[in-house]
Amino acid sequence: MTPELGQLALILALLLALAQSTLPLLGAWRNNRALMAVARPAASGQAVFVALAFAILVSAFLHFDFSVQYVADNSNLQLPWYYRIAAVWGAHEGSMLLWVLILNVWTIALALFSRQLPEVFVARVLAVLGIISVGFLCFILFTSNPFGRLLPMPPDGADLNPILQDPGMTFHPPVLYMGYVGFSVAFAFSIAALLGGSMEQSWVRWARPWTNAAWGFLSCGIVAGSWWAYAELGWGGWWFWDPVENASFMPWLVGVALIHAQAVTEKRGSLRAWTILLSLFAFSLSLLGTFLVRSGILTSVHAFASDPRRGFYILCFLAVVVGGSLLLYALRAPKVAGGKAFALVSRESAILIGNLMFTVAAAMVLLGTLFPLLGDALNLGKISVGPPYFGLLFPLLMLPVVLLLPFGPYLRWGKSDAPLLRQVLVRAGIAAAACAVIAAFLVQGQLKAIAGVASAVWVGVGVLLYVLRRWREMPAGRRYPAEMAGMLLAHLGVAVFLIGVLLSESLSVTRDVRMSPGHVASVGGYDFRFDGVTQTRGPNWEAEQGMVTVSRKGETVAVMHPQKRTYAHEQVQTTSAIDAGITRDLYVALGEPMDPQHVEGAWALRLYTKPFIRWIWGGGLLMMLGGFVSAADRRFRVKRTAEATQTAAASVQESRA
Amino acid sequence: MNPTRQRRLTIVIAVLVAVIISAALVVYALQQNMNYLFTPSQVQAGEATRYQNFRLGGMVKQGSIQRSSDSLKVTFTVIDASGAMPVEYNGILPDLFRENQSVIATGHMDDGRFVATEVLAKHDETYMPQELKDAMAKAHAGKHIDEAANQDKAQP
Repeated sequence: MTPELGQLALILALLLALAQSTLPLLGAWRNNRALMAVARPAASGQAVFVALAFAILVSAFLHFDFSVQYVADNSNLQLPWYYRIAAVWGAHEGSMLLWVLILNVWTIALALFSRQLPEVFVARVLAVLGIISVGFLCFILFTSNPFGRLLPMPPDGADLNPILQDPGMTFHPPVLYMGYVGFSVAFAFSIAALLGGSMEQSWVRWARPWTNAAWGFLSCGIVAGSWWAYAELGWGGWWFWDPVENASFMPWLVGVALIHAQAVTEKRGSLRAWTILLSLFAFSLSLLGTFLVRSGILTSVHAFASDPRRGFYILCFLAVVVGGSLLLYALRAPKVAGGKAFALVSRESAILIGNLMFTVAAAMVLLGTLFPLLGDALNLGKISVGPPYFGLLFPLLMLPVVLLLPFGPYLRWGKSDAPLLRQVLVRAGIAAAACAVIAAFLVQGQLKAIAGVASAVWVGVGVLLYVLRRWREMPAGRRYPAEMAGMLLAHLGVAVFLIGVLLSESLSVTRDVRMSPGHVASVGGYDFRFDGVTQTRGPNWEAEQGMVTVSRKGETVAVMHPQKRTYAHEQVQTTSAIDAGITRDLYVALGEPMDPQHVEGAWALRLYTKPFIRWIWGGGLLMMLGGFVSAADRRFRVKRTAEATQTAAASVQESRA
Repeated sequence: MNPTRQRRLTIVIAVLVAVIISAALVVYALQQNMNYLFTPSQVQAGEATRYQNFRLGGMVKQGSIQRSSDSLKVTFTVIDASGAMPVEYNGILPDLFRENQSVIATGHMDDGRFVATEVLAKHDETYMPQELKDAMAKAHAGKHIDEAANQDKAQP
């Protein structure tokens, strides 16, 4: 009975979403306050019902209700409770429900904190969010119902895909979705601005923390996903340019551009149309990302079996959202454009160049990701685009960004003077060159590693010089407002990330070896001794567990226990053992027994030393922190009642005109 | 030209140059890194000869997995309905690699065998990647035509 209630709740949520998406728009158009006032209660009601549906699905998982098809497909009696909760978003139907739930969380937050914005504008924003919600709820109800019954009820369920049974995987999807869905706020703002025909700088100021927070969540989600791939997949890599990774990376790239463009628009009023266009792109790519992951149209580690009806619906939905918003943009953008002019050497120009690079990079990733589909449609055969494509183009596109980055904070709005910039150029340049020379001796001429040290020092010293300057020149308490602190943290994150990527990529040592118990293999200055394999078991798996003792110059550094787990239904999963360190990771994964009859004998082992790999995620987390810190700036939250009333009056007049 | 126009012109030219350079680079990188997927029968029909590196997809033949006794070298045969191709790989096979399961290997031909640099097997018993399914269906459809063509040639 309860699962049917869940479905009923979803239907009610859909009805409320319909009300939320139509009535306020009508009200905003006709200037009818009563209709506009529907937006908030409708949104709250919808959130209640969606949350109810989600809670019912969670409880079905917790109570082993295998009469629900989705529960039976994704959990079983042995699965621990925390993975049963994670199983709610372990497959297509549930993850869509999670998406809608998170959309409702953002909508409610927006409805709560938007009191100081003009009513017409809020009505439109909430209506746009309602439309997105309608699209997703229809998708769930008509093609991907998580509450479908399975009769007769099986005594036990199948299993959650073992690669998802990992702590990283339990919170990776929700955090990622927080990021994806967070861009819907900027999207709704832009659509509302286009509908109203004007974009006030104060609205952009109000939208900025939302975009920053969404981007922070997205960064966190990507870092979690990358960490999971590294720890769980057993290949020792942290990024594979897999279609699904690309799907989360594209909105991130456009998000970086959007954050900076919004800053320009808020402070100077320039680049309005561009900011709007970017927010449309960021959300469209988030939608594409959501669907790419689950639709199974691209071969990837994440691919699930696909249902043609879903693909068709997704295509239509994307066409409506992307096509509709771009059409609206084409019609109304000239009306909202404007702003102050700026010189060639100015902060605006630098941000514009960065923006260009990030959007081109996103387009490049999009092309590489969708090229197989394109090739298929044009009958070119079954093509996939290899990682070297991305690996060649992405660094090239990011090079100008890295070179410009230290100048960012020094550049003035409008027009900047050369001497100060020259000073930064000289200081950071000398530091980078000096460190590169020292690094050249340490890494025996590995060009990539030297480039890594040089670029990281270039960026890092540039940022730190600015930190020092603020410290000297500004009175205490006003040195680092949150907005700026966030920017500095994120930029410092870039330096840390560069170290991690370039050093680990160039200095990692990998060996696949065949080892008998007692055998010692030497990798990157460490001696790995294989001490054989024993049997062990966990709550819902059995495993062969290897023991590897790692020593350096005769001293034991770590004892590692890589596993080869067998879950219910004979699903095998490698769990690698990692000894983490700031300057290096040791990484051991069990391959396979050389003779399946004698698992206690020789095994294939994969041994790695990965210098500085942790800095990659460290850099990503610093960027995330930067996004959150700058979102917390008080300046964004200060009530400007007088201004808001003025703009309200102005926009009502404009929308009438 | 007034300063505003001059500035706009500079920006437009800069954007154009950037677009042209990146387009050229994209085309170059795509050409270098496109991997086509072929099934064993397609490879035997000579369709893959144009490509240095490509991906080979099919099923792992039962009983064909042979391990070397002193290294990580492993050989197996990938089959589709009408073709078979021996594959050599030096390294650790993925968890889901089994007999009678679909597999996609990336590599090149060397002396009649396919030398793989990467082997992927990422799906459960019931699911075959759409891409591979299509390629195999196409290979079989093509096979009939090829057979007809060969017969035509053989007769005179």
